[in-house]
Amino acid sequence: MEAVHGHEHGHDHAHYPGGIMRWITTTNHKDIGTLYLWFSFAMFITGGLLALGIRAELFQPGMQVWRPEFFNQLTTMHGLIMVFGAIMPAFVGFANWQVPMMIGAPDMAFARMNNFSFWLLPPAALLLVVSFFVPGGATGAGWTLYAPLSVQQGMGMDMAIFAVHIMGASSIMGSINIITTILNMRAPGMTLMKMPLFVWTWLITAYLLIAVMPVLAGAVTMLLTDRHFDTHFFNAAGGGDPVLYQHVFWFFGHPEVYIMILPAFGIVSQVLPAFARKPLFGYSSMVYATASIAILSFIVWAHHMFTVGMPAAGQLFFMYATMLIAVPTGVKVFNWIATMWRGSMTFETPMLFSVGFLFVFTMGGFTGLILAITPVDIQLQDTYYVVAHFHYVLVAGSLFAIFSGIYFWLPKWTGHMYDETLGKWHFWLSIIFFNVTFFVMHFLGLAGMPRRVPDYAQQFADFNMIASIGAFGFGLTQLLFFYIVVKCIKGGEKAPAKPWEGADSLEWTLPSPAPYHSFETPPIVK
Amino acid sequence: MGLNTENARTLRKLAVVAVAMFGFGFALVPFYKKICEVTGLNDLQKADTVVNTQVDASRTVVLELDANTRNELPWAFRPTERSVKVHPGQLVQITYEVRNDSDEAVTGQAIPSYGPRLAEQYFRKLDCFCFAKQELKPREVRRMPVTFVVHPDLPSDVATVTLSYTFFRVEGPTKPAAARTDIGARPAS
Repeated sequence: MEAVHGHEHGHDHAHYPGGIMRWITTTNHKDIGTLYLWFSFAMFITGGLLALGIRAELFQPGMQVWRPEFFNQLTTMHGLIMVFGAIMPAFVGFANWQVPMMIGAPDMAFARMNNFSFWLLPPAALLLVVSFFVPGGATGAGWTLYAPLSVQQGMGMDMAIFAVHIMGASSIMGSINIITTILNMRAPGMTLMKMPLFVWTWLITAYLLIAVMPVLAGAVTMLLTDRHFDTHFFNAAGGGDPVLYQHVFWFFGHPEVYIMILPAFGIVSQVLPAFARKPLFGYSSMVYATASIAILSFIVWAHHMFTVGMPAAGQLFFMYATMLIAVPTGVKVFNWIATMWRGSMTFETPMLFSVGFLFVFTMGGFTGLILAITPVDIQLQDTYYVVAHFHYVLVAGSLFAIFSGIYFWLPKWTGHMYDETLGKWHFWLSIIFFNVTFFVMHFLGLAGMPRRVPDYAQQFADFNMIASIGAFGFGLTQLLFFYIVVKCIKGGEKAPAKPWEGADSLEWTLPSPAPYHSFETPPIVK
Repeated sequence: MGLNTENARTLRKLAVVAVAMFGFGFALVPFYKKICEVTGLNDLQKADTVVNTQVDASRTVVLELDANTRNELPWAFRPTERSVKVHPGQLVQITYEVRNDSDEAVTGQAIPSYGPRLAEQYFRKLDCFCFAKQELKPREVRRMPVTFVVHPDLPSDVATVTLSYTFFRVEGPTKPAAARTDIGARPAS
């Protein structure tokens, strides 16, 4: 906790060991944020390559590239790596960089624990990736690791279980850190209702993480003991119930999807007012809407399992509760649009990604509403319609918000402006290829193509070919993103302290690049 | 009070929440069982009561009987008849025979399944060996009855129903599945 104390006198130069040891031993929130973001990018590329493996197989009907067992491993690992390796660490990276700067704190509350939280992740990622090469290969049970299949698979499954344990521990430690920082270390005058919305969404997300990551840890622990220690939680032969696994998993799983989207809402709520040059419309309703979404997320989990056998009363309850979530989400979308209404808008890359987010995420929200209708869901369960839905909210939702945030804060992080022309190319290529890939999946799902299957009937061939072309285009576009970021780190036009005219949170009062130690003397917020 | 003490207090509180939620995950297990018990959702193994059995002699349903074992259960398990013809509403008794081929006592539990699946709701079982675990002594042979009525509401297009029982081993070590490496596959080798 050394970094918390800060020194009496401010200093711009940093004291840290050179080379790799700087990164291994660092307790600086900015360094750790950078580590999280690069780790997330590496996992994004890994998970993306697996996705391209899937799309290569599905380019044409028939078995072309992989054996069916390996195809299942691809879909499973793509899901696990993207959820736990790419999206979640990216948001934690943002939290590390931004939360202390936005509330006027010198660093995170527990700087050493922050370092542990990050360095738990690479071993977990290694377990997942290496599991492809053990006998039996990686787990192919789907990212949800449903029993009884997950009780039966080879040692790749054990590696996935341990990876989930480690990543869960990392998330819980990170969340404790974020909550403590936000609750105890705000600058004088920064009341809770004056915090930037990004900080609010992360506060609520961190509470969600603490509430549900342990439940996932419990679920996979039960899997592990079922596999090796003769317990029968999910083993029907011993009096267990595989459906129980689904209940426990989705009790974690549904809050988890909000864990992946609430910080995205936070980023968009910073970016839209900055480029519309107006304060965020309905700030307090945004806070309450975020909290409502978080609370409702605990009572809707069974809409993921309408087809497992549930009394009609249960189906109705989960259907209505799920639809209720559309109300606070609708409040948010309304407020974002009202923020832009009559604003002096300019469309730099962060704004493009945020407006793109708003447009495409809302489509994903509506397909979610359609899937919430029980009788419709029974028809669409486990089809490509579901795949289209959750990629609209996770790629166009979470990922586009991450891109938006990266472009928004890159000048503050690196001290250089990124290449605006290339940034715009990145946006337009991404959003076009995204829709080419995933829009057609709605049609495939409505026509009845099941997900997680390596081969398909002839009538699905055209749409699958289009989706595969889009996927490879989307993948290649992300190399452009890599180039833009590296170019921005290496140099470019010098960024002023506040490159965006309409931005008004505390981090913009610091010079660009942000000094290694910031706000050692807390700013006074009026 | 200093910031560090304040932070440590928050840390402790949040850690308690995390530990409690880990426990909550496990608490869901008895909670789930209780809910299933109260709502009767998982009652596959309860005797039905049958009222007013009007036998529909004009209609005959062919009942095909099937028997399987799982989990390396060292039992020979078969129905004494391969198929029976029943009238809806008629009280029928069929018999299954099970033989323990091993030299140790083994306990098993039979789970029924039906083809077509919708036939399940028209089966009213008054007695079944599947209502309880069966423990067989070494080399023991046991004949076990199933007494049931097929409800006359069974849709008229169902002319054949398959009733299948699978015996699962309940006690003793089940063979560890992780040892089976033939399930997965290596990439394109």
